[in-house]
Amino acid sequence: MSTVIIDGPNVTQGIQTGTEHHGHEHHEQHFIWKYIFSQDHKVIGRQFLVTGIIWAIIGALFSVFFRLQLGFPDQTFPIMEKFLGDWAKGGKLSPEFYYGLVTMHGTILVFFVLTAGLSGTFANILIPLQVGARDMASPFMNMLSYWFFFAASIFMFVSLFVQTGPASGGWTTYPPLSALKEASLGSGVGMDLWLISMSLFVVSSLLGGLNYVSTVLNMRTKGMTMTRMPLTIWALFFTAVLGILSFPVLFSGFVLLIFDRNFGTSFYLSEIFIGGKALPHIGGSAILYQHLFWFLGHPEVYIIMLPGMGMASEVLSNHSRKPIFGYFAMIISLVGITVLAFLVWAHHMFVTGMSPFLGSIFVLLTLLIAVPSAVKVFNWLTTMWRGNIRFTVAMLFAIGFVSMFISGGLTGIFLGNSALDIHLHDTYFVVAHFHIVMGVSAFMGMFAGIYHWFPKMFGRFMNNTLGYIHFFITFAGAYLIFWPMHYEGIAGMPRRYYDYSAWESYKQFISMNGFISIVAIIVFFAQLLFVYNFFVSIWRGRKVTVQNPWGSPTLEWTTPIKPGHGNWEGEIPEVYRWPYDYKDDGNGNDFIPQTTPLRPGEESH
Amino acid sequence: MSGFITIVLILLVFIIIYQIGKAGEYAAVLREEAKSKAATNRTIAWLLVAFFILGMYGIWKCNQLFEGKMLPPSASEQGVNYDSMFTVTLIVTGIVFFATQAVLFWFAFRYQSTEKRTAFYYPHNNKLEIIWTTVPAIAMAALVAIGLRNWLNVTSDAPKDANIVEVVGKQFNWLIRYPGKDGVLGKRDFRKINDATNILGLDWNDKDNMDDIIAQNGELHLVVNKPVKLIIGSRDVIHDVGLPHFRMKMDAVPGIVTTMWFTPRFTTTQMKEMTHNPDFVYEISCDQMCGKGHYSMRGTVIVETQAEYDAWMAKQQSYYAMNNAPAAPAAGAEQQEQKTDSVKAVTMK
Ligand code: HEM
Ligand SMILES: [Cu+2]
Ligand SMILES: [Cu+2]
Repeated sequence: MSTVIIDGPNVTQGIQTGTEHHGHEHHEQHFIWKYIFSQDHKVIGRQFLVTGIIWAIIGALFSVFFRLQLGFPDQTFPIMEKFLGDWAKGGKLSPEFYYGLVTMHGTILVFFVLTAGLSGTFANILIPLQVGARDMASPFMNMLSYWFFFAASIFMFVSLFVQTGPASGGWTTYPPLSALKEASLGSGVGMDLWLISMSLFVVSSLLGGLNYVSTVLNMRTKGMTMTRMPLTIWALFFTAVLGILSFPVLFSGFVLLIFDRNFGTSFYLSEIFIGGKALPHIGGSAILYQHLFWFLGHPEVYIIMLPGMGMASEVLSNHSRKPIFGYFAMIISLVGITVLAFLVWAHHMFVTGMSPFLGSIFVLLTLLIAVPSAVKVFNWLTTMWRGNIRFTVAMLFAIGFVSMFISGGLTGIFLGNSALDIHLHDTYFVVAHFHIVMGVSAFMGMFAGIYHWFPKMFGRFMNNTLGYIHFFITFAGAYLIFWPMHYEGIAGMPRRYYDYSAWESYKQFISMNGFISIVAIIVFFAQLLFVYNFFVSIWRGRKVTVQNPWGSPTLEWTTPIKPGHGNWEGEIPEVYRWPYDYKDDGNGNDFIPQTTPLRPGEESH
Repeated sequence: MSGFITIVLILLVFIIIYQIGKAGEYAAVLREEAKSKAATNRTIAWLLVAFFILGMYGIWKCNQLFEGKMLPPSASEQGVNYDSMFTVTLIVTGIVFFATQAVLFWFAFRYQSTEKRTAFYYPHNNKLEIIWTTVPAIAMAALVAIGLRNWLNVTSDAPKDANIVEVVGKQFNWLIRYPGKDGVLGKRDFRKINDATNILGLDWNDKDNMDDIIAQNGELHLVVNKPVKLIIGSRDVIHDVGLPHFRMKMDAVPGIVTTMWFTPRFTTTQMKEMTHNPDFVYEISCDQMCGKGHYSMRGTVIVETQAEYDAWMAKQQSYYAMNNAPAAPAAGAEQQEQKTDSVKAVTMK
């Protein structure tokens, strides 16, 4: 078995020319090292993607189950019993398991799909290819990052099967509920597994993030100055920075929680009477956990959002055949968002009894973050203005991304203003807000990325017809699902309720909940259509026959159609210009690759 | 079995769509690819326009659908400001929403690729960027100004003459404690809690506790037009006192005392008339995930006139009296005379 650590010169020989690379010659690698414990960033990226897709199916399926309960509280669904066994006796979810499903749905989609599955995939695939590096700064750590994620996945998956059920206190797992076994079934073993899993996840995230940052800073090819990097790279870079600085804080929060749960400490516990007796804990603060959680929690939502922003920028510009408008403004707004993301966390805690003065500061900083967000939207719109727009599936998803980001960003302005948040907090308004921005919009950015870079990842195209169907059902479905939730939230309807039938103030919404559930199920099947398209296209899709199918100036399209480990045959190309030179190259092309030297008299951007 | 058949059917549908799609694409490649691509592009552009128009129609329909199902006007004075601030924010964001979405779909349609069109190389324009940085900044500043005025108003100290009521959450119901004649809530200690006879852990050495009244049915009685200050706590996990009709909300955190105050504007009876709903009731919803019974943690608020309130209050018995036999400590004897020998307290599950 040959070595797996690959350095420059060998790679040149290891890669054959032509469209398909099979890795023979003297670099023949065993299947295990090539596809499983691979250190090739492209393989690791695809591993993250496939794992993310599997988790997404599980997480979405859970939402189908709990939406059935929510939409049709007085009906039974025997099919659920088949899947869930005792948890859905007679085809009706038990409240405990309903909350377990909601919690797992949130955890899985926020962390496993939209963090690992999203940054893990695209940071891995795009960073080396777009900055012109043969691999990550540390391929080994990069591999570890995936395998820590895999281990985290195993623990989370196992927690679904323990007798007392998975964690069920919501994805935010606030103590004391999550700290005391007496408080809920899900706070038993399920919660321990959740904490172990999430701790491993933090490690994975840090290993990945450190790698992304050092690769971007140190491994750029000749001529690839920071200001010649595509916005995808800028976005992924700041995503990694956010993660590195905030995940450790979450981790410390978890450690204290583990101590409170198992070793009798009182970090979060004070003056509690539960299960028929008074607990000895005194002096802790349940609110401390919320600070530690949201110090990550808010940056986390931007960790989820930024990759989509970067990819949407790239896709919008490419398929409009126009440079992104305001490249520097885009970078500066990313900086603004990154910095402010650390200074707004307490807007999730306006009604915890915080000092009103402190609340005021957080209102100010929170609404400030709307400014760079607005700048980005205006720049995307102007990018399309007077373009020559090709409606590829990726482009449609990028347009959907912008539409969703606008809708969800605007509701943030309500929530960020504490005086309004008092009423809206923990209602369906919040649910609508964050599903639209962080759920749907981020997914749309991810889909744009998948459809756009699928040819680079697998050497084939995804099927367009299926893609168009996928897009329109998802786009329409997302609005049908989440738009009405705003009204429910404004009417005060609390989130995380198993059944509203007993409430005079909310029972008029039950039929609307039923409608939402039906649309959600349709959208779920549309996502399965995507999954089907994805996997079938890997082996059966139309083959890519040209090196640069989208006519893109960026570096990843200068590699062979199926690049091997090391990415480029021969030298890594040198870069001479910015990544958005969509202008006439004099030979009938409407773009100039980054690798083309400036023409005499031409000024760089 | 039926599940299996469904799955097979779904797969079949996927395969068929996929094959048709693929065949279509190959056919397009064989024919003139450029032409068929142009046709697809046009179709999609029209679909986007249709989407926008249907979307706007849908929003209008949705508004109609929800009309009459929303909350009545704020039942608290503080909430009146909330309602007007909400309207202002809705107008500002609504304008931005319609404008930007319209521009997005319009550009998509207007600048769809055609053979004749070439894209306009337009990398930046500093003036534009400055404009659309400062305008949102000013708009935000205005919203912050309105917001902070209301926020500081709502979170300010309660007036001195406010009634005081304690609301304590526990899995899964609300316990309400009134201070009784002396107007003072006595001390309590979680170590003294006993579900049978001392549900809130009142300290019987504290005289202020002797006349305190505890309602275990989660009924919060308030006097209309009289400010009330709620002292909020929790026995076990975090709960949240949610009063949607009053536009109020505050967490109930174990180990920490939180407060909120407001002035009810309409009695329950008035609200029944205003909403034409004889079943109308002000509800307290728990707004912080607190375990399996979270969704059933319901309390009610009864807003009444001072006279009705006084009449109701006169019928209440102090918690001490309810739970201590006549032979209780002397301190209690002077307080209330109509003692019952009932020792039990209705404990809720
Ligand atoms: C204009 C920018 C935004 C503002 C002002 C804003 C403001 C807020 C506020 C104040 C809350 C707390 C609401 C509450 O719990 O009462 C909130 C919740 C949330 N926001 Fe945003 N937001 C913005 C954009 C975003 C973006 C871009 C994302 C995601 C990518 C996001 C994701 C979330 C999530 C996940 C929650 C809810 C967390 C939970 O309670 O479970 N927000 N937002
Ligand atoms: Cu936030
Ligand atoms: Cu509760």
